[in-house]
Amino acid sequence: MVEIVVKELDIWFGAVHALRGVNMEIASKEILSIIGPASSGKTTFLRTLNRLNELDVTFKMKGSVELTGLDIKKIEAEHLRKKVGMVFALPLPLPLSIFDNVAYGPKVHGVKNKQKQQEIVEKALKQAYLWDEVKDRLGTSAFKLSGGQQQRLCIARTLAVEPEVILFDEPCSGLDPISTAKVEEAMLMLKANYTLILVTNNVKQAARVGDKTAFFLSGELIEIDRTDKMFTTPHDKRTDDYIRGKFG
Amino acid sequence: MRTAKEKFIEKLILFCGLASIFFVVLIFLFLLKEGISVFKTVSPGDFLCGKKWYPISEPAQLGILPLILGSLLVTLGAAVISIPMGVACAIYITELAPAKIKEILKSGIELLAAIPSVVLGFVGMITLVPWIKNIFHLPTGLTALTGAIMLAFMAMPTIVSIAEDALYSVPKSYREGAFALGATHWQVIHRVILPAAASGILEAVMLGLGRVIGETMAVMMITGNAAIMPHSIFQPVRTLTATIAAEMGEAVVGSEHYFALFAIGIVLFVISFAINVTADLFLHRKTK
Repeated sequence: MVEIVVKELDIWFGAVHALRGVNMEIASKEILSIIGPASSGKTTFLRTLNRLNELDVTFKMKGSVELTGLDIKKIEAEHLRKKVGMVFALPLPLPLSIFDNVAYGPKVHGVKNKQKQQEIVEKALKQAYLWDEVKDRLGTSAFKLSGGQQQRLCIARTLAVEPEVILFDEPCSGLDPISTAKVEEAMLMLKANYTLILVTNNVKQAARVGDKTAFFLSGELIEIDRTDKMFTTPHDKRTDDYIRGKFG
Repeated sequence: MRTAKEKFIEKLILFCGLASIFFVVLIFLFLLKEGISVFKTVSPGDFLCGKKWYPISEPAQLGILPLILGSLLVTLGAAVISIPMGVACAIYITELAPAKIKEILKSGIELLAAIPSVVLGFVGMITLVPWIKNIFHLPTGLTALTGAIMLAFMAMPTIVSIAEDALYSVPKSYREGAFALGATHWQVIHRVILPAAASGILEAVMLGLGRVIGETMAVMMITGNAAIMPHSIFQPVRTLTATIAAEMGEAVVGSEHYFALFAIGIVLFVISFAINVTADLFLHRKTK
């Protein structure tokens, strides 16, 4: 089933043409990895999907993005961002306790019942593989956690609003290999229930977790294919060069 | 040669640094020495809690409670007006205003800070005083409320510009993180940005209040200068600062009255010191 359809997407920030004529279909309950060198438009593409680019006043967009058949511009931004969650490059807990970080989203969307909040928080933390490590200290500040734990907390926070799609913006760029492995493990488990889109600088990570991989270069989508095909027999020479690390 | 020069510069900087502390200590000692003398004739209790300030009657009555209350009333009034307005203005500038309006507002507020207080007092006397008189049907427009409104204008630039800095320094990532969870703009502001900037906003408020309590010229011109016990904000009051400014010229050097004015200086010093320390305590508690 197709979750997201992107048609002729062009994006500018002021005079900078950040994305050029991108067409893409993203299947549901799969992990799509997006790779490409710095400033190739990967993150811009990701932030289009939950309309976070709109916070920048110089942002302009042409073309359309449909989420399960609905144009995202017709969906209220708050509602869209509930459906399309996002995990950022640097773990950024809010300056609140562990519990309140996860409960923040549900509270914002009107879950007032304390019992219900408890349930949501526990479920989300379990899905993010963090519950066992923090269950005895939910009241302490989220800043006391290690980097990897903070990142999984951010994943739990995203899960707590029950999204359909989760966007990961280089979620492991600041993490050590063991924390990275735990985050990847969490992603592979989440695939059963969610559509995941992962922007990564780490080509090997894309190969490890992605069902499909897309390669962006200078704002253009060069190639998108099944990960195993992409990494063995890419169509485009530029993709091949990038994967082999000839430029980056 | 080089090291000699370095040493000289080092010593010069050290001297400048020490000088500022030295002057503060000197001022404080002088204040203390002159002010303490008043307690030979009045007990500290009678001085602070006495309800009558008749410094030149025979015998002189030196109770500064009406002056303290006058200062507090005007300061609190100014705080009630300027804090919500100032913080709201800072939020508008950082979060909501389009670029053009933002620039206009910012320079407008800087301009407000640049107006000398005596000019503000003068304008207040001509415009605000008759308004207050007519709106509330009072016998005079020279009231604590008038002073509070005028001082609120003076505290606003301080509060707005420092609170604005505090709001700007909230990491962009907090904002995006909360937006990405589907929070509305208002939810992001009051649940994430305001708590994150709380210590900076508190600092802004305290500095604003510090400016208000130390202000002299404008309050002297528009609060009516009556050293009587205030019962409401619609009465004329006299503040601690205005008393010193108005009476110092005519007090006989070495008289009770003269020493009493220095003692008022000590009280003012203690109050501003307390405000600064409270602000500091809050700031340090937050940053820990």
